[in-house]
Amino acid sequence: MQIHVSTRINGDRTEYLCEPDETLLDVLRDRLGLTGAKEGCGTGDCGACTVTLDGRAVCSCLVLGAEAQGREIGTIEGIADGETLHPLQRKFLEHAALQCGICTPGILVAAKNLLEKNSHPTEKDIRFGLAGNLCRCTGYDKIVRAVMDAAAEMRGERCT
Amino acid sequence: MAFDEYDDRNRIFTAVGTRPVRPDGVDKVTGRALFGADMSAPGMLWGAILRSPHPHARIVSIDASKAEALPSVKAIVTRADFSENAAEQDVLDNCMAGEKALYDGHALAAVAATGRRAAEKALRMIDVEYEILPHVTDVDEAMKPDAPMVRETGGDESVPEGFSKNVMSVCEFGHGDIEKGFAEADLVMEKSFRTAAAHQGYIEPHACLASLGSDGRGELWASTQGHFHIRNLCADILGIDSTQLRVAASEIGGGFGGKTTVFIEPVALALSRKANRPVKIMMTRSEVFRATGPTSSTSMDVKIGMKKNGAITAGLAVNRFQGGAYPGSPVDMGAMCSFACYALDNVKTVGYDVVCNRPKQAAYRAPGSPMAAFAVESVIDMMCRELDLDPVEVRLKNASREGTKASYGPRWPRIGLAETLEAAKNHPHYAAPLGPNQGRGVACGFWFNHGGETSVSLALSQDGTAALSVGTPDIGGSRASLCLMVAEELGIPYEKIRTTVVDTASLGYNDVSHGSRVTYASGLAAIKAAQDAKRKLCARAARIWGIPEDAVIWEDGEAAPAGHNAGEHEPLSFAELCSDMGRTGGPISGHFEATPEGAGVSFATHLVDTEVDPETGATRVTRYTVCQDAGKAIHPDYVEGQFQGGAAQGIGWALNEEYIYGEDGRLQNPGFLDYRIPVASDLPMIDTEIVEVPNPGHPYGVRGVGETSIVPPLAAIANAVSRAAGVRMSELPMSPPRILKALKDGNGRDCRG
Repeated sequence: MQIHVSTRINGDRTEYLCEPDETLLDVLRDRLGLTGAKEGCGTGDCGACTVTLDGRAVCSCLVLGAEAQGREIGTIEGIADGETLHPLQRKFLEHAALQCGICTPGILVAAKNLLEKNSHPTEKDIRFGLAGNLCRCTGYDKIVRAVMDAAAEMRGERCT
Repeated sequence: MAFDEYDDRNRIFTAVGTRPVRPDGVDKVTGRALFGADMSAPGMLWGAILRSPHPHARIVSIDASKAEALPSVKAIVTRADFSENAAEQDVLDNCMAGEKALYDGHALAAVAATGRRAAEKALRMIDVEYEILPHVTDVDEAMKPDAPMVRETGGDESVPEGFSKNVMSVCEFGHGDIEKGFAEADLVMEKSFRTAAAHQGYIEPHACLASLGSDGRGELWASTQGHFHIRNLCADILGIDSTQLRVAASEIGGGFGGKTTVFIEPVALALSRKANRPVKIMMTRSEVFRATGPTSSTSMDVKIGMKKNGAITAGLAVNRFQGGAYPGSPVDMGAMCSFACYALDNVKTVGYDVVCNRPKQAAYRAPGSPMAAFAVESVIDMMCRELDLDPVEVRLKNASREGTKASYGPRWPRIGLAETLEAAKNHPHYAAPLGPNQGRGVACGFWFNHGGETSVSLALSQDGTAALSVGTPDIGGSRASLCLMVAEELGIPYEKIRTTVVDTASLGYNDVSHGSRVTYASGLAAIKAAQDAKRKLCARAARIWGIPEDAVIWEDGEAAPAGHNAGEHEPLSFAELCSDMGRTGGPISGHFEATPEGAGVSFATHLVDTEVDPETGATRVTRYTVCQDAGKAIHPDYVEGQFQGGAAQGIGWALNEEYIYGEDGRLQNPGFLDYRIPVASDLPMIDTEIVEVPNPGHPYGVRGVGETSIVPPLAAIANAVSRAAGVRMSELPMSPPRILKALKDGNGRDCRG
């Protein structure tokens, strides 16, 4: 018996049917065509499926589709404002903070969430704030620099 | 210069060496980029694979009747559904077991059903009867003459009599007389080392979407490092013609060598053929760990003789690599790499290729070299300490240079090892003070690099833009560097070029994106294709002006008369010639199809500081510097990215990552929670120094950079940890319990700790 869910995704009212044991990640990807969130592990270890649930960063592979009822979901597809990229997206490109790009959507969602809570993060804050998001390509160096630069720009400081 | 070859003194670059935004960047920061699992098709089924829980077992029977009866199940395949005549029998057997399951995770059967969870549920309804056989998962155990036998065939003629049947082949390299060399030494040191199997750890699990008809025509979308290669493998395994299978490479979420072969692709095609519907398969992370290639685990002995002044008189390395249940571990490459950094008169390296009940190893970034370097560079460090010599100076004294003979045979052309050592010596990192419980490690590394079969086409457009088609999947930003090289050659802006990784129906064969070959080989091909296009543009100008073709040269992005004798003509720009091409002879494309063979080898020197907590045995990397020869950095951001990424993977391998098998032969840690790759909070910033000693074999001097960066870290970190903790660590990973035990035992205590 499928469950009817009414939710809001990236600000849009969305309704879907899902199985009781179906994850939010599977709903986003397979039912709604929002394939920006990635499955890297399915066990909450890699962060590639990070989305926000009522403003909190979560692994969507650990959330059931049914749990989205009446909540606000934010995904990578909702970060840019039309054709204007979010400062984090722009800084990731400027700093070459991605190689293969599979972890990038999850890291951007997590980093945006981090900056919303802490507008003056230190390098250490960023490293621990993103410790749940695995990247195998970059060694994190350019990612950390991009997030710090985006934070500075969002604070209105001159960017480096 | 018209169609110049490399000239490192006079060449001035305008596009090459800049850092523009990558062409696939916006897609990748907005979630639009399509990776392996992101593609779907109408009527699509999901496939799932049943895997052996036993490390070694005869498959007595497989009863799928209950699963077949489920309405959601549309097809089930076993080994009988693949070609008996496949040439690649080991690849087929690894994708779908025949008579025996050879490791925990070996595929036995597969189901296609109407949903992913329905397919997984159906797997649980398949009954398999096993006859359990004795197993072995450790390389040294497998080499014992009475070890359980993994393969009935035994080794080839290179294996001496009396050896375990699990030794598949033996190789040997070297020159000179090592016994004479050891006799000349003031100090001879010998030590044994072991490294654990590490997984490539790409964040994107293997995924594909397959569609194959009963007429043998099909389409495959897959996350792969080489779609031409997997097309050939799949065609062989399924018994169809390769050109009837069109393969498109998705965006690839990391590969590092692990996506250079097939695992799920032939299975998805076989299911699709049987169900007559498209089938998608996506591995779970646990499947990735259990059934795709980690690298070899190893056991090695190294013996080195040294004079008091640091001159190495002889070197011997004996390397034993297990490569899983099939022959083909990279022990030969390890044996060639062991002493590649040093110019030795007396050197010998031996390699034993060993099989175990583990998944078939797959290439992992400079396969074989990091382990070999770990053993050799550790012994050199021990000797530097014993003789109170500077580890960088000793390496400089013995360094391979142009004209010296490599331990595996050739004489070196122009190489940059000494330059990377000088860069490390002059880096502020090398002189920086260390705190309590900290130690600094140095190590060098080498990788061959590769050319490989390459085919590209460059189509010019009427609006003065150019489309480059390549067949090498972009695994680290190569589309950006290829666009830069075409921009450089044509003299048009980077933004006017689009590089596309096209499908197998669109170009001739292309070797896999491996061997650090893409910026080198596809880059060379793109430059040559651009030169081909320029020749054709010159011919068009000649036709317009009514003069001979050889009276036109290409200069500063324009076709111009070669001299006064050619007559007075206003030069024609790239844009003008493109806009007219329909009227001057039709479409213009540049081509290159060949196998470039001038891939320059690459060397690196790494510096690392570590701090070891004597109470917990935990290690923190406090500072890291990579100095590596890139030949010529086309897009420096992505060169630095390769340096940093290789260092980070090396840090994980050195300190944490490890395949752990239980007594039952089952993998104990098939997930990112227990197989722990470095996270952001584990690492410091990773400094990079790009050394540029041009490769004479590339028009711009490029050397591949992707793999060398993972070679020095294992040794550099081991040297740093050993100096920090005062005990010599000879087994990887140097996990906290292992360091604590070494501290407690005092075994191998470095007296100068």
